[in-house]
Amino acid sequence: MAEASYPEELKYHPEHDWARIEGDTATFGITWYAQDSLGEVVFFDPPEVGATVTANESYAEVESVKAVSDVFSPLSGEIVEVNEALSDDPEKINSDPYGEGWLVKVKLSDTAEVDTLLDVAAYKELLG
Amino acid sequence: MEAAAETLRKTPLHDRHEVVGARLVPFAGWEMPVQYEGIKDEHLRVRSQAGLFDVSHMGEVETSGPQAQDFLQHVLSNDVEKLGEGGSQYSVLCREDGGVLDDLFTYRLGPERYLTVTNASNHDKDFAWLARQAEEYDVEVKDVAADYAMLALQGPDARGILARHIEGEAPARMKTTTATVAGVECLVCGTGYTGEDGVELMVPPDGATAVWDALTADGAAPVGLGARDTLRLEVCFHLYGNDLSEDRDPLGAGLGWAVKLDTGFIGSDALKDVEPQEKLVPFEFTGPGIPRPGNPVLIEGKEAGVVTSGSLSPCLGTGIGLAYVPAGKADPGTAIEIDVRGKTRPAEVRKKPLYAPKGT
Repeated sequence: MAEASYPEELKYHPEHDWARIEGDTATFGITWYAQDSLGEVVFFDPPEVGATVTANESYAEVESVKAVSDVFSPLSGEIVEVNEALSDDPEKINSDPYGEGWLVKVKLSDTAEVDTLLDVAAYKELLG
Repeated sequence: MEAAAETLRKTPLHDRHEVVGARLVPFAGWEMPVQYEGIKDEHLRVRSQAGLFDVSHMGEVETSGPQAQDFLQHVLSNDVEKLGEGGSQYSVLCREDGGVLDDLFTYRLGPERYLTVTNASNHDKDFAWLARQAEEYDVEVKDVAADYAMLALQGPDARGILARHIEGEAPARMKTTTATVAGVECLVCGTGYTGEDGVELMVPPDGATAVWDALTADGAAPVGLGARDTLRLEVCFHLYGNDLSEDRDPLGAGLGWAVKLDTGFIGSDALKDVEPQEKLVPFEFTGPGIPRPGNPVLIEGKEAGVVTSGSLSPCLGTGIGLAYVPAGKADPGTAIEIDVRGKTRPAEVRKKPLYAPKGT
């Protein structure tokens, strides 16, 4: 399992989700803390491309052997791509949570929402 | 969490779990290791080599005296007269109406001396029940939970590891004997909860670390309660509180083999008239998803039962579980569906075990 890390360039949601903003699209995933709390991920059921996600609402679930965890959307928009590779290798969410373990790409409906997210310093402070 | 943690009981091996970074969780009033390296790895280690579990939260009740056998025959569902010295026997403890108070292993330590292992969450209830029933018998029923730590050494390599640390012979499957392991005199039992060969060790608390250290240094990987649950589920062993409860009878649960109605045990009169409407069956998903306890079972689109245990099977790579379904839909091969938080997942009733350990 990867060492604890929280990349500087990402924005964070207090429910332990991250967003990588590129113009009016964003990639979402769960943070190192989230995957460590959950344990080894054994199942990720991706949402449908075209589905709408709403900031602060659950849009998917990740499951370990013993637990189910909701994944919260940091921002609002429409899903334009899902990480299909996770169907066969959900453990990538553990081994590379900010890289190959990304979950979905979203076309943002309101880029102003980005200002509501935490920067890395604020997120680390939340983790204590 | 922090405040509650202070009131949780700790096993004699608590320091050993902390030092290797086990994830400790509250369980039945105890702070217990749920995992060390990861549930899947620990599970597969037990199936391929050997694992060591700290199950010191389990309770123990000793029954002794001239009427010990008669008393246990009166309270336990199995035929205690068939339990010979140095043997072990599985049974359930029933209320008068047949509801299951607990499921138990009883070991016969001597002509008039028995040790019964209880589930941690039921121990106080069981002991109170047994003590009350014992008033009519010439027996002594003692709560001896504080006298024992309990370790389970399980897996195809378990007996090989044990052989290097035991003085004398290890007991055969389902047998029990007193022996010295790693310098500590303990009760060695050829039982377990994984489907693998192996032993359970009832150890004096101050000797637990010596036994733990010797066995873990010699190839037995520490395994937590998370893998203990997935291991037992693959071989379809019941978990009290999930698959068994006071609201369920042992016959519907598929435990008829351990229920000898003609012995006249408490609950046998009620069970004589029981024709189970629902049966507990193993099932496996035929597609993606993981069933969880409480998920509804659907048959022909209608809710017809409930999942009582569910998980991913590390050996099969599929979602597996145990569920109560209508008695007419309990045959292996029957197609069912499980409603997993709003998603309908196809599954099939299977024979038990869902996974057959190699070489057993």
